[in-house]
Amino acid sequence: MKKHSPILALAILIIFPMVVKSHYHQHLMILFLMWVVIGSGWNVIAGFTGQVSFGDAAFFGTGAYTAGLFATKLGLSAWWGMVFGGVAAMAIAFPFGWICFRLRGAYFALATLALNEIFRHAATIWESLTDGMVGILIMQTFVSKIPYYYIALGLAVISVLTVQIVMGSKWGYYFVSIREDQDAAESLGIHTHFYKMISLNIAAFLTGMAGALFMNYMGFIDPEVVFSLHDISIMAILVGIVGGVGTVYGPVVGAFIMVGVHEFFRTGFFGVFEGIASITGIEFLNVVDKYVGHAHVLGFGILVVLVILLLPNGVVGDWDKLVGSLIPIKKKGAMV
Amino acid sequence: MEVFLQTLVAGILKGGLYGLIGIGMTMIMGVMGIINLAHGQLMMVGMYVTFVCFHYMGIDPYIALFISMPALFLLGMVLQKYLLNPLMEVESILPENQVLMTVGIGMVLTEIARFIFSSDYKSVQTSYSSSSFFVGDISFSVALTIAFFIAVAFTVFMFWFLIKTDLGRSIRATAQDKDAALLMGVNSKRITIITFGIGSALVAAAGTLLMPIYYLFPDIGGPFTRKAFVITILGGLGSTVGAIFGGVTLGLAEAFGATYIGMAFDDMIGLLIFILVLLFLPGGFKRLTKI
Repeated sequence: MKKHSPILALAILIIFPMVVKSHYHQHLMILFLMWVVIGSGWNVIAGFTGQVSFGDAAFFGTGAYTAGLFATKLGLSAWWGMVFGGVAAMAIAFPFGWICFRLRGAYFALATLALNEIFRHAATIWESLTDGMVGILIMQTFVSKIPYYYIALGLAVISVLTVQIVMGSKWGYYFVSIREDQDAAESLGIHTHFYKMISLNIAAFLTGMAGALFMNYMGFIDPEVVFSLHDISIMAILVGIVGGVGTVYGPVVGAFIMVGVHEFFRTGFFGVFEGIASITGIEFLNVVDKYVGHAHVLGFGILVVLVILLLPNGVVGDWDKLVGSLIPIKKKGAMV
Repeated sequence: MEVFLQTLVAGILKGGLYGLIGIGMTMIMGVMGIINLAHGQLMMVGMYVTFVCFHYMGIDPYIALFISMPALFLLGMVLQKYLLNPLMEVESILPENQVLMTVGIGMVLTEIARFIFSSDYKSVQTSYSSSSFFVGDISFSVALTIAFFIAVAFTVFMFWFLIKTDLGRSIRATAQDKDAALLMGVNSKRITIITFGIGSALVAAAGTLLMPIYYLFPDIGGPFTRKAFVITILGGLGSTVGAIFGGVTLGLAEAFGATYIGMAFDDMIGLLIFILVLLFLPGGFKRLTKI
């Protein structure tokens, strides 16, 4: 069961847009697939190599802006950004990693946070290039959501496969050894600085591609959206942690849960309050609905706290523990 | 020349307050070994306490210090005891769980503030908020000058506390070597709780002192968290003297940047300093002063 579930999931994802015609649900699935890509990227650098990044938005935004600028400044198709966005993100990651990998642990995390903020400010201030807060608007290529869906699916499959191949190779073992004990890894002759750079560049490339996809799909970006600390960088961390740090399929599960949770709060528990209010006629529930909609970041924050406290290794990492605590009686017969 | 001196004065006065923010952060970092990314958000809570005291009870901000500091001391202790300390026992792959937890705490604090007070800008208008006095041609803001001297007093007090008192010694011992301190009979868990409380109280003091001349909204925490970590990186991790130097340096850099480069670069300057320090002076001022 466990062995075949990725293939089963892929099959479901391939036939999904043929079955579900609702644009809203297709939109959510595209976002989910995009987050699989970003989460996989984060997982490579943070989950496997142990260098927690708070600055994924810097790579994401660079990818998105590269795609946007290809369209507005060079007059080419924004789809070129799918390749060059990743390359541009790597061009950022390279000097950054060169300088900041001399830092360890939480201090590296801080440096990534600073990177994120610098890019947000730079994109806001450098108006001649980025149009500042006005943002970039391009025409979407397709009217239907289905092409975007398959492109996102392709990208997600590529990123999960990349992670799987890399982690199965010699590099992957080097990455994990750096996470477990950097000094020991160094003393065994692993060039830790070099492998941390490789890991960061893989992460940056994947995240940059996701950014370019976002630009193409949404058609509009501004610095507050693509360089957002909460909506991109923290969300990437949540996708990684909720799904399972250091697992290949963790980001897939995490992205699914987090996009769901995000939507759950944003729509006021999928309109449950609104629905009950319209049936029973209790005015109070409409007020509750309004507040829940406003409080989606609060819900996020509480979720961060709870997940770190209760499920530090994520749904995939703590799967057995989770199943054991949810269905204690059926444990014997449960197929996991 | 006049502009230069005026900028210098403004920078130093602001730097005193930054130093106060930095000391709280650096103490927490020293004892816990983690960066508290909810530091600015705790300051925001302290500012809201001051705002409520002033607006609903008519308490002067300087007297509100006696309310905001104990309140944040308690809040800090609760956070440390029930949210951060339990993480030490949790088995997890990532060692940075506690840092992530502080991010979560920061988000929750910000959103609760937004829930209660909405996103509107609030301010405390006192009689001395916009008054200033002159020495020569240089103007000194009254509120900022008072804030500076109170901040200096707190800093001196913290020094005395850390060097002379029993509790202060325990804190320093825990910061130097947690296991050794434990063997010497220091209850290091209790020390972490108290330290987080003190750090929160200090940053609340800075927030309260800033309140008469500043405005307040729920998202104000983020920029100040960033300032706090720039200060601590600049001063050297865990160094109290460094935090003061770091605070004043950041205050000066911001003031000069705003005067000679442009207001839009206010936040960028701190971050640039951060990168420059990492490049040319890793370890911060601590490396120069050895304290």
